[in-house]
Amino acid sequence: MNLSQERKIPAPTVNPENKAFFDGAAQGKLLIKKCNSCGEVHHYPRAICPFCFSDRTEWRDAKGTGTIYTYSVLRRGVPVPYCIAYVTLDEGVSMLTNIVDCDLGAVRIGQKVKVVFKPTDGGPPVPMFTPA
Amino acid sequence: MTIKGKACLVGAYEHPTRKAEDKSVAQLHAEVAKGALEDAGLSRRDVDGYFCAGDAPGLGPLSMADYMGLKLRHMESTDTGGSSYLIHVAHAAQAIAAGKCGVALVTLAGRPRSEGSSGTQPRSWGAAVPDAPFEAPYGIVTTNSYAMVAMRHMHEFGTTSEQLAWIKVAASHHAQHNPHAMLREVVTVKEVLDSPVIADPLHRLDCCVVSDGGGALIVARPEVAKSLAGQKRRPVVKIIGAGEAPKGQNGGKLDLTTSGAAWSGAAAFEEAGVRPADIQYASIYDSFTITVLVQIEDLGFCRKGEGGKFVADGNLISGTGKLPFNTDGGGLCNNHPANRGGMTKVIEAVRQLRGEAHPAVQVKNCGLALAQGMGGQLGTRHGSATLIFERE
Repeated sequence: MNLSQERKIPAPTVNPENKAFFDGAAQGKLLIKKCNSCGEVHHYPRAICPFCFSDRTEWRDAKGTGTIYTYSVLRRGVPVPYCIAYVTLDEGVSMLTNIVDCDLGAVRIGQKVKVVFKPTDGGPPVPMFTPA
Repeated sequence: MTIKGKACLVGAYEHPTRKAEDKSVAQLHAEVAKGALEDAGLSRRDVDGYFCAGDAPGLGPLSMADYMGLKLRHMESTDTGGSSYLIHVAHAAQAIAAGKCGVALVTLAGRPRSEGSSGTQPRSWGAAVPDAPFEAPYGIVTTNSYAMVAMRHMHEFGTTSEQLAWIKVAASHHAQHNPHAMLREVVTVKEVLDSPVIADPLHRLDCCVVSDGGGALIVARPEVAKSLAGQKRRPVVKIIGAGEAPKGQNGGKLDLTTSGAAWSGAAAFEEAGVRPADIQYASIYDSFTITVLVQIEDLGFCRKGEGGKFVADGNLISGTGKLPFNTDGGGLCNNHPANRGGMTKVIEAVRQLRGEAHPAVQVKNCGLALAQGMGGQLGTRHGSATLIFERE
């Protein structure tokens, strides 16, 4: 089964807190937040660290590689099947994403993946992942 | 302060409709309120506390108190999705214990079936939701969110689709006796597995129904409950323990196979002073089969990872299994009004404790029951709520 993805991707709502993330995505960079107080990285990105509540968070470049934590291919009730997934980045945090540009029937937990950026419907591109 | 024994469930009503094309949402709220008051043997004028969630139109208690002509001295609109109504019962008990009200009404109603709602559509909570920009582009919907939990559970613990299917099979065994249930046909494990895959690994029959309808509850002071129980010649249903807990993505350090029920359940059992093995009947939120499995583990009915083995071979079927669950057929077969199943979980627990469940599914001498709710999405962020009830 080879299910290619041709889904119209809704644009993310950009706000002052998350703008840097999507500006980075437009330049092909995956950014994550690191806290300079407790040293932890987190996702989705916040101004205030969810682990220690410090405001000393800053943007860091992620390597853009990771492992599939879990996934599901939605097959019914949608025009084109697509694969939603959580990918655990090599930096240690997991992000909700799609697995794209591959045979969706062959996606597996534990699979190594790398980031690709996909255009959205009228907004900045968003990071997705494809087998490494 | 504890709520143990401070308040009782004196009224419970489930709307018989499953498709309400000819009714408004406010009207359904009022109809279930009337039904619950009648069941309790109380009148609208006795109500001085009101609880509702996001399914109520407008500014919740303001719109509905005005519509129904309620005179209130306490109101609350905590919204944790489908588990809201269990939290309302707990908060009503707290308010009663603190003397803030004496008779509390809780209502739920909605018409998602008439309005064409489905679990494969995105649900929007507004532009300011901080997680939405990082989730909406990827097409997170109800089904694939829960499906990701099932996929991870299978990966970590070897849980199988056959084991999940047993949860639906047990619900269907109960639903055959419920004349109001949307799906009354008994199904087999094979039929669940042969139904189309909606979101891997969940099949159509792993998913709950979409229905219109609603329900209401009346929570009151023990003295009121005792007097009403005497008039109605039925036992008093006491609230003896409650717990609530939100759980999310933990800043990206995920643990999708454990739910907030691990905390809400522990808190409720501690307050009630009972153990999972003491529970004779359990209503367990069943938006999907996996929802039931994860909560059974987190409540401590079995160890984490052993839920698949626990639910298999009819162990949830009343009369033969160790843990009779959702004897009305639950969300999987009976109804899921407003896409929020917490209300009907409490209602069926009340029926069991009163001995008013269908004779074919009534647990013999049912004295201790639990209701467990799960709102939001198990795969992203959710609100868990647990209630424990005792018959007096």
